[in-house]
Amino acid sequence: MPVLSTETGVRATAPGPRPTLELRGVSKRYGHVNALTDVDFTVSAGEIVALVGDNGAGKSTLVKAMAGTHRIDGGQILVDGVPVEVATPSDATALGIETVYQDLALCDNLDVTANLFLGRERRRRATPLLDAEGMEARAATIIAELAATLPDLEKPVSALSGGQRQAIAVSRAALWGSRVVLLDEPTAALGVAQTAMVYDLVRRLRDRGLGVVVISHNMADVFAVADRITVLRLGRNAGEFTPMDSTPDRVVAAITGADLPRPEARA
Amino acid sequence: MSRIRSAIAALPLPRSSSAITVIVGLIVVWGLFQALNDNFLSPRNLSNLLLQIAVLGTLAIGMVLVLVIGEIDLSVGAIAGVSAATLAIAVTQAGIPAGIAIVIALIAGAVIGVIHGLVITSFGIPSFIVTLAGLLVWQGVQLAIIGKDGQIPIRDEFIRAIASSYAAPAVGWVLAALFVAGFAALRMLRRRRRLRVGLAVAPLARDVASIVFVAVVAGLITWLLNSYFGIPWVFVLVLALLLAMTVLLSATPFGRHMYAIGGNREAARRAGIPVRRVVITVFILISAIAALAGIIEASRQFSASNALGGGTLQLNAIAAAVIGGTSLFGGRGKVYQALLGALVVGSVQNGLDLLGQPAAIKNIATGLILVLAVIIDAIGRRRRLARGAAE
Repeated sequence: MPVLSTETGVRATAPGPRPTLELRGVSKRYGHVNALTDVDFTVSAGEIVALVGDNGAGKSTLVKAMAGTHRIDGGQILVDGVPVEVATPSDATALGIETVYQDLALCDNLDVTANLFLGRERRRRATPLLDAEGMEARAATIIAELAATLPDLEKPVSALSGGQRQAIAVSRAALWGSRVVLLDEPTAALGVAQTAMVYDLVRRLRDRGLGVVVISHNMADVFAVADRITVLRLGRNAGEFTPMDSTPDRVVAAITGADLPRPEARA
Repeated sequence: MSRIRSAIAALPLPRSSSAITVIVGLIVVWGLFQALNDNFLSPRNLSNLLLQIAVLGTLAIGMVLVLVIGEIDLSVGAIAGVSAATLAIAVTQAGIPAGIAIVIALIAGAVIGVIHGLVITSFGIPSFIVTLAGLLVWQGVQLAIIGKDGQIPIRDEFIRAIASSYAAPAVGWVLAALFVAGFAALRMLRRRRRLRVGLAVAPLARDVASIVFVAVVAGLITWLLNSYFGIPWVFVLVLALLLAMTVLLSATPFGRHMYAIGGNREAARRAGIPVRRVVITVFILISAIAALAGIIEASRQFSASNALGGGTLQLNAIAAAVIGGTSLFGGRGKVYQALLGALVVGSVQNGLDLLGQPAAIKNIATGLILVLAVIIDAIGRRRRLARGAAE
């Protein structure tokens, strides 16, 4: 993989743990629209970062840049402090970055095990055949580790509830992600109990030493689960908060820009 | 009652409702025709039935592959026609040995599949349209190859023997024994592997019951066919194709990717599955299988004609796959069910022939059965949805 050269050569050693995944001055344009302008973002191992912002603030674009679905136009992406290129989804997965998409990207007609290993099926040694038992045993282990109660692993995913489907998508990310898991609106379609279950899963991902990025609209959920909150507004950084030293009102104000005089409005 | 139910559950009968539907349908059709004409279930007629459905069954097996990835192929009959014509030209006019001529005919089919696959994936045109155009093009090619006489005779003994020779009774029993032994070995191997990695297994009695059941069915079929001329070699050929495609679909990553593409193409793409390559490969496979069907049909007719592969053949192949429970919307379907579907379609046509009914009645009956099968499937699906457990 081609490695971008650092402009400064030597990086100032930041205090605290070095971020697992770091974005510096990232920009992305769609035609004349600047979706992201000079955005900085970090997530460390064992940390849950909530990415919040209004519709069109650039949250999804930022996640897509990290997931490799969209190529950035400017700035740098660093993994463990090393500049990397994330141009395709397979670049991202090779770096240990897994994404749980909003639509979950599950195949309803396949069973739980098949979905967990989709595109990364195990073969029996020296044969072109699937190692069905090995995969099912591994699937059972990962789901037991995440303490998600799941029915029959041989059931098609379509037979499961919304929360269970979400749990499978998260388990898949946990199975393959070695550094960072990105979750795009993981609870948008879920009820209260299922939302709590998914955030339990998210905490377990953190406790396994992964960096977790969660996009959410729900302030109560964000404050319940996140270690840090990054706010985007109109494609730019609009504040960093920690739930302990902040209130939902202040974060909402940063999201809407209510506490900031809008420079362009004065001009 | 519950004991009977658990005894039935122990049999290796399909768990999916679509497969049960087609088996019940087959029993009803056979019972009906036997009641109307007691020659229907005779060894002679059942042997003929197997010969008659060889081509249809082959095409239906191929059709499952394209339907599973959510595509369709309307040109299989024409591909069979081109393949048969190529075979006849090669063996009769060019004097090429039968084995090489067969390979050439299969390659001709595969090349057509490459063309279909490339056009479909490069331009994003629905396979329905591409293969509809293909139907016209390849029928034209078939006419052009065969020329003014309308048919090319095939005198080669080996090719003529494909669809009209039988395994000697002893050979038949050996084949049946191998089949049962293979099934038993796979079943027990799977059981041992699951136990080794600590997965739950069904009671041993269930595996034993399954093996006994398969042995009884295989023995019955062999005995029946041996009391006529023996097991038709072409039936062995179709079974071999069935086994190969079953392994491909259910035991390889490639097959897994096919179901994933049919179930959720975007999810498959994001999971890193090379969707385009899989689609092209599947069209190569179905075209080669259609070419094989053309070879079998040429062997049955002792010639390649303008009409070979035409008429309702390819529509019946789609009908057979769908009657067998393969979804037209992708992601669902098994090859053995397509063979059962072909058996239903073939039985209806054979039975109506025995009763002296014209082609009109045969077409109407096949169409009605297709609609019935789809309706039963739709009702079943609605029930599963209502239970929140759609398949």
